[in-house]
Amino acid sequence: MRPLPDAEALCAELASRIRPRLNPGTAMIGLYTGGAWLAERLHALLAMPQPLGLMDIAFYRDDYHKRGLHHDPKRTRIPFEVEGRDLLLVDDVLYTGRTVRAAMNEVFDYGRPRSIALAVLVDRGGRQLPIYAQHVGAELGVPAGMRLRLKRGEGGSLGLELEHE
Amino acid sequence: MNNPQLNHRGELQHLLSIEGLPRDILLQILDIAESFCGVTEREVKKVPLLRGKSVFNLFFEPSTRTRTTFEIAAKRLSADVINLNIAASSQTKGESLLDTVANLSAMQADLFIVRHAQSGAPYLIARHVKPHEHVINAGDGRHAHPTKGLLDLYTIRHYKKEFTRLTVAVVGDILHSRVARSLIHGLTTLGAPEVRVIGPQTLIPAQVGALGVRVFHDMRAGLAGCDVVVMLRLQSERMRGALLPSAQEFNKHYGLSSEKLSLAKPDAIVMHPGPINRGVEIDSSVADGPHSVILPQVTFGIAVRMAVMSIIAGN
Repeated sequence: MRPLPDAEALCAELASRIRPRLNPGTAMIGLYTGGAWLAERLHALLAMPQPLGLMDIAFYRDDYHKRGLHHDPKRTRIPFEVEGRDLLLVDDVLYTGRTVRAAMNEVFDYGRPRSIALAVLVDRGGRQLPIYAQHVGAELGVPAGMRLRLKRGEGGSLGLELEHE
Repeated sequence: MNNPQLNHRGELQHLLSIEGLPRDILLQILDIAESFCGVTEREVKKVPLLRGKSVFNLFFEPSTRTRTTFEIAAKRLSADVINLNIAASSQTKGESLLDTVANLSAMQADLFIVRHAQSGAPYLIARHVKPHEHVINAGDGRHAHPTKGLLDLYTIRHYKKEFTRLTVAVVGDILHSRVARSLIHGLTTLGAPEVRVIGPQTLIPAQVGALGVRVFHDMRAGLAGCDVVVMLRLQSERMRGALLPSAQEFNKHYGLSSEKLSLAKPDAIVMHPGPINRGVEIDSSVADGPHSVILPQVTFGIAVRMAVMSIIAGN
């Protein structure tokens, strides 16, 4: 496998890809944990006028009956009206698509958005659901059994990390 | 030690008592409850976690309030809720506790919420249910009322942020209070340095010192410097047992008035498990005053019960 790309550079690249396709009313929601860090960055880089929403999809996961509630979920905070709005969901890595599906289910419990788009730092393939990201930093083949995720260092710098599941 | 509340992986299988629960499980419940508080503030106050699960409210002793909060919590988790007022049904026909449970289990129950006048009844049920079935104690005799203790802990953490510098006073009928017992165990586990119990000698169990609390019979001395004051309900039936002269007498010595509350810290909070007896254990000026967090307790109680049910049902 090739070495992992630099997350900071990818983040800037992703912002420049989103910028021309953003309308002024769009609001952003970052998915905990990696997606929330990335969203904080993108939100600032894109100078978005709407406040940033952060979402933990733990209560909407489709594997609860197998895995239970294990990590401590963060509190979802959506500081804007969802009804009728264009939304941009942000996550670090797009893989099976199950997290995004859960996030969409949660979004609809806040209201009926006009549209939802998805931005991810890395699309690693391996989709199990018909879900697609409109904005992608990089496509990267990652073998099954490996977990790719975003980490945040002491000084707030972002980096990608690959580990065995 | 074999803890009947935990499964072989050390996860919460049943919630029977706060006593014996490790600190990390208590904190997990409080943290997850915090996330559920967000859900209860939304317009759609429901998440799909317990879709398809059946929750049986098994109340062998009447309690509208506790039963209702469990029912709301289960419904907000999308479970199906069945309320059984056993006091008025099978038991009067002579069916045993375990037969009742076996019958409900045959109806594909997942979670039993049990309220019983007999201390230990939920333990008996927990020992006999199938591995995928879970039991939550909603109050057994004088023994424990863990979800109420947890909601008190949640309320204290919400207003005071941490436990390690707090002085907490529990006032009134400690002897008959399962809430007091659950709360004291929780406060000790979470590191509250000083827990006081305040009440007349007749309403404080002789061995209460073993729980690590300081006993006060003089309320003014006991309230001095407290961060949290937990008032307990004085049950009128206690008056008949010669434990107390009268409600007026009790109010004079152990009722919380604004004047007595002024001895606690200026930012002290006042809690009460409800229902309150105005003019007996608490004056209206306090119950409705700026220090009172009695109604927020009720709201937090739903999130705490959602947290307990969703943790347990997933293990």
